[in-house]
Amino acid sequence: MEKKGWFDVVQSSYVWKSIFRHEYQDTYRNRVLQISTNVFLHLHPTKIRRHALRLRFTWCMGGITFLLFLILTVTGVILMFYYRPTGEYAYHDMKYLQFDVPFGMIMRNMHRWCAHAMVIAVWLHMFRVFMTGSYKPPREFNWVIGVNLLVMTLMLSFTGYLLPWDQLSIWAVTVGTNMGRATPLLGHEGPFAELLGVDARYDARALLTAGRLIGPATLLRFYVLHCIFIPLLAAILMIVHFWRVRKDGGISGPL
Amino acid sequence: MAKAEDGTNPEASIWRFAPTRRDFFAGFLGWGAVLTSLGIGTLAFVRFMYPRVLFEPPSQFKIGAPGLYGVNSVSTKWIKALRFWLVRYDDRFIALSALCTHLGCTPRYLATEDKFKCPCHGSGFRGFSSGWTQLGANYEGPAPRPLERFKLSLGGAGDIVVNKGKTYRIDQGQDSDPGAFLPYA
Repeated sequence: MEKKGWFDVVQSSYVWKSIFRHEYQDTYRNRVLQISTNVFLHLHPTKIRRHALRLRFTWCMGGITFLLFLILTVTGVILMFYYRPTGEYAYHDMKYLQFDVPFGMIMRNMHRWCAHAMVIAVWLHMFRVFMTGSYKPPREFNWVIGVNLLVMTLMLSFTGYLLPWDQLSIWAVTVGTNMGRATPLLGHEGPFAELLGVDARYDARALLTAGRLIGPATLLRFYVLHCIFIPLLAAILMIVHFWRVRKDGGISGPL
Repeated sequence: MAKAEDGTNPEASIWRFAPTRRDFFAGFLGWGAVLTSLGIGTLAFVRFMYPRVLFEPPSQFKIGAPGLYGVNSVSTKWIKALRFWLVRYDDRFIALSALCTHLGCTPRYLATEDKFKCPCHGSGFRGFSSGWTQLGANYEGPAPRPLERFKLSLGGAGDIVVNKGKTYRIDQGQDSDPGAFLPYA
């Protein structure tokens, strides 16, 4: 009788077989089943075209954007263990992370630089999709989803900008939110503001900033938007985006 | 029941709008209740995001007796705390808002250049020697209109009272409105 190695013993065990329902039998059918019956692997397409792997064609910018989003999620959650989004503590917690917490500086800097890189990667991804004509039917709806994801990326950058709670944050967000005053109908200095009767206390900007001024209430509001609301929305849009890439016929090929 | 040539029943088509009593209750009342409650929930959430009390500084302040401020001067005393300049001419006080009309930064008073200059995007506003009518008028950079003025009055104990809740705009000809300045010779 052939001697069985330890790995064969593990693989033939009841526990292993209950987790991995398909063996390594090298047939087309079994290889597809290995992928499609595994919750993590099934996120990958069972087969892709050769051109989808050509870096000169895709630049892998969509994939890099997603990787950066994952890094941002992980480092962001790690930063949340120390950061308190209140006026008294926010700035000092940021400094605490930088100067005292072990590996705090690299977590904060990874979060910061990945955020910058994500904006750049999104633009390059859109540029590639545009230049290869990949926005054309049947992929036109996915372009729309992508534009919404761009907006989510920029909103994440904007809300994250306030969180260090230093002078740069406060004035950048002052300038940014003051543009909201000019929103048609909903901003108190915008056109048709008098139709809805909005004023500085109750308008689109006050909804975002929780009052007339950028203050501790704004910090808390931006924190919730930055950590919960926008990432959740972006994740849902990403699910649809990746799903549609496959349902619209995979990554578009060179003509 | 009559059938169309392709074998489907036109009477049963979902595109035919002929609600029965059951459709009416299920569709109009059922979905109506769902959508109404969602709508009310959305409105309630929007209202929830506007708290009744804002923990912001009050809008009206006593800033001391007029004699504390030198004649023909721009006082930067209240910039940090209350964000306005108290400008005194021969015959009047003016409370000039330090909120740039471009995007809301705080301009700096540059006495030697006789202007208020915003550090964010370079907007410039007329300084003291342009006279009280032109004080704070925008003349360089992206600011679209002059700096606003706050309401001034004299309190019971002889203190100047500034009310930041009421503003006057010289670009709308409000420079001589009662309250736009405090006459004091």
